[in-house]
Amino acid sequence: MSEPHKETPEELDRANERPVDEAAPTGGAKLDEPNPSPVRGEEVLLEVDHVTLRFGGVVALNDVSFSLRKGEIFGLIGPNGAGKTTCFNAMTGVYRPTSGAIRFQGESVVGKKKHEITRGGIARTFQNVRLFPEMTALENVMVGADAHHKTSVISALFRLPRFWSEEKSGRARSIELLKFVGIVHRAGDVSRNLSYGEQRRLEIARALATNPTLLCLDEPAAGFNPAEKEELLQLIRKIRDTGVTVLLIEHDMRLVMGVTDRIVVLEFGKKIAEGTPAEVRDNPAVIAAYLGVPTDAA
Amino acid sequence: MTTTTEKATWRSSGGVRGWFGRQPGWVRGIIVLVSAILAFLLPYAAEVPLIGPQIVTEGIDWPSALFNMSYYVLLALGLNVVVGYAGLLDLGYVGFFAVGAYGTALLTSPDSVLYADTGWKWLMAVPVALALTMVAGLILGWPTLRLRGDYLAIVTLGFAEIIRIFATSTTTLRGDRGFASIPHPPGMWNGKPIFGVTDAVPYFWLGLVVIILVILGVRNLDRSRVGRSWLAIREDEEAAEIMGVRTIKYKLWAFAIGAFIGGLGGVLFAGEQGFINSQTFVLQFSILVLAGVVMGGSGNMAGAILGGALISYIPDRLRGISLGDTDLYEYRFALFGLVIIIIMVLRPQGLIPSRRRAMELKDREKEVAPQ
Repeated sequence: MSEPHKETPEELDRANERPVDEAAPTGGAKLDEPNPSPVRGEEVLLEVDHVTLRFGGVVALNDVSFSLRKGEIFGLIGPNGAGKTTCFNAMTGVYRPTSGAIRFQGESVVGKKKHEITRGGIARTFQNVRLFPEMTALENVMVGADAHHKTSVISALFRLPRFWSEEKSGRARSIELLKFVGIVHRAGDVSRNLSYGEQRRLEIARALATNPTLLCLDEPAAGFNPAEKEELLQLIRKIRDTGVTVLLIEHDMRLVMGVTDRIVVLEFGKKIAEGTPAEVRDNPAVIAAYLGVPTDAA
Repeated sequence: MTTTTEKATWRSSGGVRGWFGRQPGWVRGIIVLVSAILAFLLPYAAEVPLIGPQIVTEGIDWPSALFNMSYYVLLALGLNVVVGYAGLLDLGYVGFFAVGAYGTALLTSPDSVLYADTGWKWLMAVPVALALTMVAGLILGWPTLRLRGDYLAIVTLGFAEIIRIFATSTTTLRGDRGFASIPHPPGMWNGKPIFGVTDAVPYFWLGLVVIILVILGVRNLDRSRVGRSWLAIREDEEAAEIMGVRTIKYKLWAFAIGAFIGGLGGVLFAGEQGFINSQTFVLQFSILVLAGVVMGGSGNMAGAILGGALISYIPDRLRGISLGDTDLYEYRFALFGLVIIIIMVLRPQGLIPSRRRAMELKDREKEVAPQ
């Protein structure tokens, strides 16, 4: 109940078993090449402080703490049901932590409305794509761009100057973003007609349109083939290079290892490891969590 | 590149709408203008040879039937904002129509307790009555913000019944006795009042002017941040809020604007009829308007207009037609139901579907028969 995960263990295995050579098309960086962020600083952007979240008797998050630094690509990984998406939902105001604090740029987000958190600078995508299916790709992105607009019902009704200027700039920016994620040729199509990969990209464009400081991607590579994963990696790096901090939830270890600067590993709602990809990869607790070896044997 | 993108981004679809969308601005302007002029000439449809006599109603004076159509169209346009755009299923829409009509009656009818203090003319009562309906929209909207779908439908159903029962049992609102002598809209022509008792043509024209203003207003809202927010709420409310849409605010606006348009229908109705009582605002009315919106094409103004006109026209057209010994008017709702069933079976997306619904159903066609 607590975790709306849909993937079966088989899918996870398949994703992890894929040989890495298959992945990288020419020109792109290899998936497991470490890639430190050039713009990464030490300034803390988001702080998850001893967060516990219970649903009745189920403890979805148990005293989890970590912090994100500005400009980095941060990975949140763990097996199915570890509490990754729950953690996301707590950050974006969907769930309220039972105890603990979440601070974004020094300000608590707990108890804030979802749209306030978005306007405050946290944008997200969804594990199961949640676009507005009957709206065009461009309209989807413009909804995101509208987050910072001030056009009122009155100025829209009477077509006051603010309407024209915001509509024009919002539209131009949305088209730019569609170009950025590479689906501008689908701008006029209703989003339900887009391919799965295009829909995932559109979700990212829509989230970017809200002008976030922190972009949270919930398993953006789910269901992607290796070539698509490689393109996604490049897109994530491109986003990071524009100065946006990225928080990535992912199952695919290779993808996470290849792109993130730091990683936190969750298992059964608890943090079991934190560190650079290399540190996390060699951590016995992490290996045990992923391979199912009992911790005492590892 | 940019120009093709810009053009493609708004409405791209096939059929008549697609053809219309591809025409240059001036062609579209002329088509719209000609349709508007033709609409104004509708009272004289009987003069058209051959077709005319088939169109006009027999059992009811044709201009009166046209006026009936005009306020049904208004109601359909208003309900379309609530149901079609924002996706809030409202089964109590007649409540707003009633508030508009009662607001006018209370302020202007000699039967009203307020008459001694106000005794206003129709035109003075209009803004007050409309403000009242918007407040009624907020009163309905506020407690129902957390509700969706079926639950919302039940609450709104209750809302309309509360208004009707309140009107029936409150002495101030006079129940069945109703309010008489509600003044007509103002204006003189050749020494006679424009809006008289016998001729319904001016009322139809007034209704038409109001409809055109409403169309322009709703269109402006639809093609803006407001319309996008409504659609986003309809499609996925939580995702919309996470994308920064103030869902509460826009849902309340949808209710308020829907109520405002319904109230417009109410004040026009009161101004034409001169008399209203609690029997006018039965539940059936809400269902009928909703049927019109769905039949015409929910989420699309042209569809709502056509649907609204049809739900008024079909029963009126059946008046005075006899089949053997029975008057078809007796069976108007049975026949009407049959017509709706046939239309919904043949065209589930509505007569003039919204661009989005049409695409969705076209998709399904492909699923059935891949090319």
